Amino acid sequence: MKCQFCEKPATFHITELTEPVGPQVMHLCEEHAKGFLNKEASPPMTAIASALAKQLGGQSGDALEELDQKECPVCGISFFEFRNSGRLGCPYDYTHFESDLRPLLINVHDKTEHVGKKPTRSAGTADSLAKMIGLRREMEEAIEREDYERASEIRDEIKAMEDPIAPPSTSSDTQS
Amino acid sequence: MKRDADFDELARYRGEWMRGEGPESDIVISTRIRLARNLADFPFIRRCSDEDRLSIERTVRARMESLTDQRWKSAHYVDLEPLSEIDRQLLVERQLISREIAESDGSRAVAFDAAEGYSVMVNEEDHLRIQVMKSGLDIKNTWEQVNRIDDMLEEVILYAFHPRYGYLTACPTNVGTGLRVSVMLHLPALVITEQMDRVFRSMQRINVTVRGLYGEGSQYTGDFYQVSNQVTLGHTEADLLALVGDEVAPRIIEYERKARQALLKNNRDDLHDEVSRAMGILSTARKISSEETMHHLSKIRLGISMGLIEQPDVKVINQLFLQTQSAHLQKLQGRVLGTAERHARRASFLQHHLAGKDDATWN
Ligand SMILES: [Zn+2]
Ligand SMILES: [Zn+2]
Repeated sequence: MKCQFCEKPATFHITELTEPVGPQVMHLCEEHAKGFLNKEASPPMTAIASALAKQLGGQSGDALEELDQKECPVCGISFFEFRNSGRLGCPYDYTHFESDLRPLLINVHDKTEHVGKKPTRSAGTADSLAKMIGLRREMEEAIEREDYERASEIRDEIKAMEDPIAPPSTSSDTQS
Repeated sequence: MKRDADFDELARYRGEWMRGEGPESDIVISTRIRLARNLADFPFIRRCSDEDRLSIERTVRARMESLTDQRWKSAHYVDLEPLSEIDRQLLVERQLISREIAESDGSRAVAFDAAEGYSVMVNEEDHLRIQVMKSGLDIKNTWEQVNRIDDMLEEVILYAFHPRYGYLTACPTNVGTGLRVSVMLHLPALVITEQMDRVFRSMQRINVTVRGLYGEGSQYTGDFYQVSNQVTLGHTEADLLALVGDEVAPRIIEYERKARQALLKNNRDDLHDEVSRAMGILSTARKISSEETMHHLSKIRLGISMGLIEQPDVKVINQLFLQTQSAHLQKLQGRVLGTAERHARRASFLQHHLAGKDDATWN
């Protein structure tokens, strides 16, 4: 793919998330990408594009390509697709792409640790969260091939994973 | 919860946040707070299959209906997919749903109570977008209400939450608290005195976004601006609420007040003339676009709050801002109108209400 502004190959695919127009994808060579990103970006969404470019700017084309092809095992989204859309594919992406997302979070929020409200129940680990999404996929596939027995087994399994997380009646230390 | 809503009734209803009351209501139209939440066991919307989306919508609806809280009894649950374009547009004009969810495809819904000023969008960019809107600058009550709804939903819905990154959202710009607090301001004096650029610049350094409202693209109409927090991760909800509600909004309000005083002192006659002309145009025009309407209503609103004119009540102006928009006008008329017809009906609606008459006698 060629740069939008010249004949050089486009190595940066930047999504400018402007509201209310929506995402605008820019395909730029390195030089034009730098020029574009040095402009005063309109917050907050452009922050994603500029953080990514900064983070990826020093890398070789090969390294970039490799990262782009990295895929989430749960939802299948590639890093390339995330870069292009600015949207992640599933909750597990925050775990799977963690090291790639951290610089971006710092750039956008200046922080990487949540300090606010917490839900009284949670899915537990990122892995159990991934497992639940995977099970749901499996269930849909089972329904599709009309294997309703398997589908209902999976449904129960998902339910079992969801339910025991309700706070035990003995504990009264949950936040209000 | 009621499984549908009467959209004709909704178009006539003035709405809590349009009261034109509340703290600082001469400048602050409304306070809106939203929380982005996702279900733990589904992919984010972008990677959802049609079955996933349908399943999310059904799960959320069933869980909401299982809630026994009295306040949900009066709420409506509306499936957006089969809705007519005008009805969807009506919900956008009332800010109960976003333009994005109105224009997207597939299973999606909204639970709302227009009287209480809250709505929960299902399958927007995130699985859930909970929002509450109130008249004037009212961060505390708005937050209390949105937080209570979140608590209620959390009892029946397992959220995607990460110990380090907080509430997980489709876009990393919302992760953490998932909280966006927005205050809608009417800033005509800063616009007239050409100081908005300065306000924009001073806000860039302190993690808030200032955005023109009601306009298409970069066109700001009606002198409305929305200020909201930019970051969501690494700060408590209380900090983010204070940033917008105690720090930024009061500062902009003060700028606007100063600009108004300066106008009164130096340009009183010019301003009075402009306000009167705006009133004249809206009271006598035979056809008028919504953009021009917005522009003149803004001037009249300024004239009222500065004491230049006494009639009509600011409540009437707020109502006209809402009900002269296309979908409202068409619902009130009871049928689809072409552009030319809309312009004529809008003019007649304005004339009627600026003359102090009520809806019932408009035709
Ligand atoms: Zn180029
Ligand atoms: Zn994923």
